[in-house]
Amino acid sequence: MGGRSDAPAPHLHKVAVPTTYALVPGGDSLSFHSLVTQFWPSTINGIVLGSIYALIALGYTLVYGVLRLINFANSEVFMLSAFGSFLAIDMLGIPDRLAGGADPYKTGWTLIGILAFMLLISLIIGAASAVVLERVAYRPLRKRNAPRLVFLISAIGASFAMSEAVGEWGAKKRQDYALARVFKKQRLFTIFGADVRNDYIVVVIGSLVMMTILVLFVNRSRVGRGIRAVAQDMETARLMGVNVDLIILITFVVGGLMSGAAAFFFEIYNGSARYSLGFELGVKAFTAAVLGGIGNIKGALLGGLMLGIIENWGTSLFNSNQKMGTVTAFVVLVLVLMVRPTGLLGESMGRSRA
Amino acid sequence: MSTTPNLPREPPKAPPTAAAKLAFGDRISAASDSRRKWGRRWRSLPAPVRWLAGVLGIAFLYYLPVLKPPVITTTGTDFPSILAGSVIIFVIVALGLNVVVGMAGLLDLGYVGFYAVGAYTVGVLSSQHGNLPWLICMPIAIVVSMLAGALLGAPTLRLRGDYLAIVTLGFGEIIRLLAQRFDWLGATPGINNIPPPPNIDIGPIHVHFGVLDNKSFYWLGLTIAIIVYYFLKRLENSRVGRAWTAIREDEDAAELMGVPTFRFKMWAFAIGAAVGGLAGTLYATKTAFILPDNFLLKVSILFLAAVVLGGPGNMPGVVVGAVVVSYLPERFRFLNTSRYFWFGVMLVAMMIFRPQGLWPRRQHGRAEQPLSDPPPFEDVREGDPDLEGGAHGPAVA
Repeated sequence: MGGRSDAPAPHLHKVAVPTTYALVPGGDSLSFHSLVTQFWPSTINGIVLGSIYALIALGYTLVYGVLRLINFANSEVFMLSAFGSFLAIDMLGIPDRLAGGADPYKTGWTLIGILAFMLLISLIIGAASAVVLERVAYRPLRKRNAPRLVFLISAIGASFAMSEAVGEWGAKKRQDYALARVFKKQRLFTIFGADVRNDYIVVVIGSLVMMTILVLFVNRSRVGRGIRAVAQDMETARLMGVNVDLIILITFVVGGLMSGAAAFFFEIYNGSARYSLGFELGVKAFTAAVLGGIGNIKGALLGGLMLGIIENWGTSLFNSNQKMGTVTAFVVLVLVLMVRPTGLLGESMGRSRA
Repeated sequence: MSTTPNLPREPPKAPPTAAAKLAFGDRISAASDSRRKWGRRWRSLPAPVRWLAGVLGIAFLYYLPVLKPPVITTTGTDFPSILAGSVIIFVIVALGLNVVVGMAGLLDLGYVGFYAVGAYTVGVLSSQHGNLPWLICMPIAIVVSMLAGALLGAPTLRLRGDYLAIVTLGFGEIIRLLAQRFDWLGATPGINNIPPPPNIDIGPIHVHFGVLDNKSFYWLGLTIAIIVYYFLKRLENSRVGRAWTAIREDEDAAELMGVPTFRFKMWAFAIGAAVGGLAGTLYATKTAFILPDNFLLKVSILFLAAVVLGGPGNMPGVVVGAVVVSYLPERFRFLNTSRYFWFGVMLVAMMIFRPQGLWPRRQHGRAEQPLSDPPPFEDVREGDPDLEGGAHGPAVA
């Protein structure tokens, strides 16, 4: 820091080398070379991260489809669920480190059992927190017929409260939590020179399974029909004998389950959590939902994958600068919305599959 | 509405009829009843009395950091510093954001972006790459943030509702991330040594701006806030303000009635941005150094919370909201780091118990006349506001 006026203008020293081009004086440089060499690794990483975004985005999209409001606190449902994996590991009594500093890797059925238990706890926390959220922050407002902006602020307040409660009264306060490594990550094979790790496969396949279950549930089951009916026209659905309050609660639960699953997969992939995790990923997931067309289930999938990939490409393009990846993602969002103002696949869960 | 003082007619206390209930829901509460009574009483006072009360009120506000009243003075932190660095800036920001959210009904989640543009323009011109005095930087910063508003608005204002929200959110994040990345903007450590405004020595008045004496910054901010308030109030009652109301209540109807909606939305964005940038310049000069982490998305959300909590569309309301949002966490600093948890809980509780805001907008008969039945009695026309226009038909002047 200190006075900057005495130093020579820093950008004068940054002369563009053949493969990089200064975008703004003194700023980052574009590196097409890096994008080309990192193309496949960043694409694969993007697909993995994108699957997680897509799952969280479903929490936004389902609620938006039914209630037409941004469920801003969905990000904190995700954050709380992420701590579900930690809770599960704790409940099973698995130490962070074995004697001698080795990771407590497990294999075979033990590992599958542990992972299933982690997933279960995450799902339970996701669903439970979504129910509490609906009951505390949304239902009273619905009963009062409040304007939509009020729901947003209430959700933001709930989001603050949940995130700050973890930051304030969690075991490690505002620090990072690192998950005990029960799952040994290793390279399985390579595609075009890019590594494909076993955790990538778990995350992508797991997400696809969750989403398939969701689509089947919404399209085939009786409750799913109720959700679609309420999404199309709440009043008519009520007149036709649909228990709208129950359907809304179930929608929140389903969204919470998806976020719970996303949190589990995020822990498999990344293995860390902190109180602000929801905020960081929630914004991206919400962006993904809008990109694909909020309220549209397939849109969430498409938007999530696209956002993950674009973000990683952006990161590579700007010399592995993750922040510029985020910037790229938002710029692409704006560009897409300019051409398609309701997202890639358009909105409305009800209409798109009527 | 105009209630003549020589006709002190009490509104009928009968329960609202079915038609009124249908039109306004059950939000005609006892609280808003008493508020209306006070409002009527205030408006029925003779003009000189109202002027005197206003002048005394403003004088009291100027006197506040010197007076340091016992209960409201913050403990543990310097009271004038809180007033100058947080409360008054929030008030200006809320007034600006109210133009966008409250008057024109455009949801902006990235308002902090304009605030940052204002602050960074001052930072760059007065410290980082130049040494212009603050007084010259300020108008430049206002113009720059206005341009930023127009630049963001041009491609995005065709979007509706929540799509606009996410795009503005993205804009706010982009501004912050760019400021964090580019050395030209000070990167992560930010910009320091931003000069204070010039000292004022006119006769007996000595206003000196120093790091330790924050009263002057508060006075400056209060003066700016009053000017902004006056300017925006005039705007609200003008043709532009009426166009914004029409857009807020029903954009399609407004367009059909001949309101050039896009142009007026652009104006709302640009004016909102200019006021946000102005608040940013004040922030920059008050704290003397800025860094990207001052402009997190969380700040945007607090700004929005101030507007919605106060009562979107009602200028005195958003001022109250801004004071609550900025002041309470400071007043309850003894709660230490848990105060934001309680703040979140309070937001939820406030929204449940007063969804229309602390001091909601008074609705004009002209804009709120239901299309089908005229209201059964005059008082119902002031039914509490609904940002979405409510169940009663669109605004038709």
